[in-house]
Amino acid sequence: MKKIYLLCLAFIFLSGCSSNVWGWYVINPATPSGWINIKFLVSGIGNTILISIVAAFISINLGLLVALPGQSSRKGWRIINRVYVEFIRSIPLLPMLFWVFYGLPIIFKSMGLNIPIDPFWGAVITLAISDSAFTAEIYRSGIQSIAKGQKEAAHSIGLTYAQTMRYVILPQAIRRILPPLANQFIYIVKMSAFASVIGMQELTRRANEIVVTEYRPLEIYSLLILEYLVLVLIISAGVRWLERRMGSNENQ
Amino acid sequence: MQNTAISLTNVNKWFDNFHVLKDINLTVNTGEKVVICGPSGSGKSTVVRCINKLEEHQSGLISLYGKELKNTQESINSIQGNVGMVFQQFNLFPHLNVLENLILGPMKTRGKTKDQAIKIAMHFLERVHIPDQAKKMPAQLSGGQQQRVAIARSLCMEPKVMLFDEPTSSLDPEMISEVLDVIIELANDGMTMIVVTHEMGFARKVADKILFMDQGKIVEQNTTEEFFKSPKTDRCKTFLNQILKH
Repeated sequence: MKKIYLLCLAFIFLSGCSSNVWGWYVINPATPSGWINIKFLVSGIGNTILISIVAAFISINLGLLVALPGQSSRKGWRIINRVYVEFIRSIPLLPMLFWVFYGLPIIFKSMGLNIPIDPFWGAVITLAISDSAFTAEIYRSGIQSIAKGQKEAAHSIGLTYAQTMRYVILPQAIRRILPPLANQFIYIVKMSAFASVIGMQELTRRANEIVVTEYRPLEIYSLLILEYLVLVLIISAGVRWLERRMGSNENQ
Repeated sequence: MQNTAISLTNVNKWFDNFHVLKDINLTVNTGEKVVICGPSGSGKSTVVRCINKLEEHQSGLISLYGKELKNTQESINSIQGNVGMVFQQFNLFPHLNVLENLILGPMKTRGKTKDQAIKIAMHFLERVHIPDQAKKMPAQLSGGQQQRVAIARSLCMEPKVMLFDEPTSSLDPEMISEVLDVIIELANDGMTMIVVTHEMGFARKVADKILFMDQGKIVEQNTTEEFFKSPKTDRCKTFLNQILKH
């Protein structure tokens, strides 16, 4: 992995040296203007991370809330779950973002509520809702993978449904759903780039703004891709560490 | 005076169109030990699972200490913990250690503090002869030990009745007796129990009454002595011949 990564870097920089296609001066840390540009571009990472973490947090909880009725023996509850998942899953992220950011405030206003939606919450709500349909499906498969006998044993020692979930089913399911949940987090990080179109100052937005002033899309978007790459690699490493820790716990 | 612990009157159950239980009538008195045997698919486990409300019955009456068990949540709550259940597959919680498996029920449903729950748990671990395994994870124990932990877990709820659903069927032959010994000790202490099992030697030793089931019906119901000495039905005779041949 490290080798490929270094090779890519070498390729990009070397091709910059040897032709006039690349103009790295625009983000050359040695020049004052280049340094300012780099600082501006990279500092968007804070918002990207913040949006992703808040959205993922909401999505993980919302997803569970949506997944549980899907496990019910009552048909009505299961229908609620199915409708939510199928409906949300089929809306593309960008239209949903527009709907939430431009449309939702109108509905709020008509209801007499004065709830402004700023770019941050617009992005977070959209990402969280959109992702929750997928998270719900992940929970569903995780919960279903736990043997029926676990539920029956919990029942036989008098645990309620909520206690069974909390103390018996979910702690076991979480180990199995962690890898797919982490995948979803990476998906959120990447999709947070859409927040740029409603004016959120995150990585992509900042890249767009510098591109407009400097007109050097190749270098700036290359850097942008690199920023996401590094971010996602760090998350992946973190997830693997977490998996190892949880895995070793179970086998003790 | 003997009072009735469990009674089933004309209990019927269907899985879709499949009639699993046909007019089951059964009375178990307090302190009585009942063994249910019969071929696979005869409905033995389903009887036990209906008593513990793991399955719903569609008609007939099941009552526990005079109180009717319905398929409502309220009724289900009323029996939970009062009826202990031991499963063929043990069903220990694999993410919790032995002690945590045992204290979960008393703490969450009996409102015991952790210290109280641990005291109860250690008491019953001693009764199943494995107090030294308290800190181990279920996967580190042998099948027989796991099943004994499962028995202790049920006992921690201090149930009035214990149900055993083929407790030794998924054990290595060597481990069967250690589990049966624990059940026998429990029986000798006067616990009311229904045991679904193929262990006829155990049945002979422990049971007050033996039921033979086939195709969803109780074919024969007799005292233990009579059951082995002079089975009334042909179906039961063939079963006993098959099973006692070796």
